Amino acid sequence: MALDIPRTTYSGKIKEITLGKGSKAVTVGGETSYPLYLFEGTMPHLPRIAMEVWDYAPDDWPEAALEPFADVINDPVAWARKCVSNYGAEIICLQLMSIDPNGMSRDADEAAQVVKKVSDALDVPLIVWGTANHDKDVEVLRRVGELCQDKNLIIAPVEEGDYKKIGAIAIAYKHTLIASSPIDINLAKQLNILLGNLGVPDNLLIIDPTVSCIGYGLEYAYSVMERIRMAALTQQDEKLQFPIICNISKEVWKSKEAKLTKEENPEMGDAKKRGILLEAMSATALLLAGADILVMRHPDAIKLVRETITELTSV
Amino acid sequence: MALTGIAIFKLLPKKNCGECGVPTCLAFAMNLAAGKAELSACPYVSEEAKAQLQEASAPPIRIVTIGTGERAFKVGGETVMFRHEKRFENPPGIALLIKDNMDNTEVDARLARFKQLQYERVGLTLRPELIAIKNESGDNGKFVEIINKIKSSSDCGIILMSDNTDNLAAGLQVCAERKPLLYAATNDNLQKIIDLVKKTPAPVVVKGSNLDEVADLTTKLTAAGINDLIIDSGAKEIKRAFEDQIIIRSAALNKKFRPLGFPTIVFPFDMTADPMKEAIYASIFVAKYGGIIVLSDFQGESLFPLLVERLNIYTDPQRPLATTEGIYEIGKPDDKSPVLITSNFSLTYFLVSGYIETSKVSAYLMVKDTEGLSVMTAWAAGKFVADVIAPFVKKSNVWEKVTHRKLIIPGYAAAESGGLEEELPDWQILIGPRDGAHIPAFLKNWKA
Repeated sequence: MALDIPRTTYSGKIKEITLGKGSKAVTVGGETSYPLYLFEGTMPHLPRIAMEVWDYAPDDWPEAALEPFADVINDPVAWARKCVSNYGAEIICLQLMSIDPNGMSRDADEAAQVVKKVSDALDVPLIVWGTANHDKDVEVLRRVGELCQDKNLIIAPVEEGDYKKIGAIAIAYKHTLIASSPIDINLAKQLNILLGNLGVPDNLLIIDPTVSCIGYGLEYAYSVMERIRMAALTQQDEKLQFPIICNISKEVWKSKEAKLTKEENPEMGDAKKRGILLEAMSATALLLAGADILVMRHPDAIKLVRETITELTSV
Repeated sequence: MALTGIAIFKLLPKKNCGECGVPTCLAFAMNLAAGKAELSACPYVSEEAKAQLQEASAPPIRIVTIGTGERAFKVGGETVMFRHEKRFENPPGIALLIKDNMDNTEVDARLARFKQLQYERVGLTLRPELIAIKNESGDNGKFVEIINKIKSSSDCGIILMSDNTDNLAAGLQVCAERKPLLYAATNDNLQKIIDLVKKTPAPVVVKGSNLDEVADLTTKLTAAGINDLIIDSGAKEIKRAFEDQIIIRSAALNKKFRPLGFPTIVFPFDMTADPMKEAIYASIFVAKYGGIIVLSDFQGESLFPLLVERLNIYTDPQRPLATTEGIYEIGKPDDKSPVLITSNFSLTYFLVSGYIETSKVSAYLMVKDTEGLSVMTAWAAGKFVADVIAPFVKKSNVWEKVTHRKLIIPGYAAAESGGLEEELPDWQILIGPRDGAHIPAFLKNWKA
């Protein structure tokens, strides 16, 4: 019996966005079908993994996550370099955890200097992720954008409450922006429209739908991303035809389940493997929902997901 | 696809005899249309009408049941490709592989893990459902022996796997009352399987080397009156297995292609030898349409994330998960520990309790039933306001648990502090942070 393979009718395409510059620049997007549905369409650029680096030594990471970076944890430059040289990172995501006004609250200039140093030390694209506090992000990210002009940074998060001020940096210095909205397809679209109206060109925009990990609302992010892709590809919704980034690892590793030791809860098995699998499985689910860039932490989790991407896309 | 109540009514005998349990044929037709009744309840319906109705009312993906009684496992019955379109209905079964040539210690250890590895979450017990018993030895006696052992030790659903149809038949004889799933009908043994299942009914896996072959086999089996089928597409690489799952679901739902209108079974360990990679593949099938996922072994570090992912993906998007109302102890609280209150949206509960744990300050977390709404939404809907929080606190026994009288409310419900102070005159109302992430900083300054 010859099966007539059902195929979705697609009318749209995800925009191709190039991150960074020079020989290590990375292009993402360009899909013409649902994520990894390669029997229906093409995925000219494979989903990429950005390795996470913090701008100060984290004090709440479980042992498993800390171990691979123990020798560089106090030095973001060395840390970023290690990610590239030892783990083959194609993109670095510098999380500006130090600027949180409710935490360390490092001042804008000091924080921006750290970004500059990391940026100068790398030739791979650099994502700079703020703290989602509008006032502080505006202050810090503007300083970062100015200090690192010519670097083609990727700046996040840009939210409805600060898009005008941060959007201006992209226009002035050609940095790429990550438009961040709270798990809602309409808000994601609206923010993209606002940024477009402000004059941010389409080739400098990436969507952050706000994601969560297994056990903490994965399903919300999963479905919002599926809906975004559906609108972009089958309903020609141009304002949603952008690549999607998922800043997932910090959600995973702050969860209780990634921190419990085997002694505390023997049914949950080996703590290190559990953490790695929680990260890799959360990332894989988001990949199936439409992630173009996954921000990840543990080298073993990254290896698992990278191999899985290769296997799912092999010819 | 589905017929309306009126269309169904036209095909019924219109005797209004009431023998089906509802007084009129029209009422029965309405129930049929809503999926609340079975056509077999009507003793007078004509064969012709029966055939017409069954064809039209059969779900596009058949529901197959393995096992009986309380632990009966149901799979299939899916109606959408994307969970936001309605919801995913029946979560995939997770099966543990046990081979009949494993030594006793290994089998016992596996059975022990099957029982022990279960997890409480949002008032639900997350646990695996099935054991796949594989006749690796090729020996009839060994197969029967291990089936008997597993049967008496666990009330799990059973999958019998053998390349030898006679052994499969012998295995079925010893556990037929448990309604096991037989693996597998192929091109080579089709008639034998048909004869076997005609004699002793059991659900059957259909295994082909590709989807065309599968469709041929299911067509022959259904023609022989065997309808409880599960599909193994035969894929041995993740890429093809992934695509097969999508094509099978889409052919059944979008093309109404009956020969593929059955749930599936997958074996990630046939696609990789690495247990970590196997877990990732399994997680792909949880999201993308696997019906039964057989694992080479169970370990907590992979089974737990898999079961929680399954819970997440199969949550009804229209009905958020809720936590049971009550007072939860976090850490080892005493009479001087802080008391916090929040809503019963399960995410809210997980995040707040997680942040309290992170703070390393033991506390009582009071969870008010807000019908699964988050704090802000519940507050706006009048379900998390002074008038409902105060009676909840009064009726609870939090009075006996602590000697202080300080209640920490979420920052988003700050507007209720005045009302609460009025209704709970003994209590001092403290306004906590808006964002759960700031709870640790907030609790560091706690003094009873």
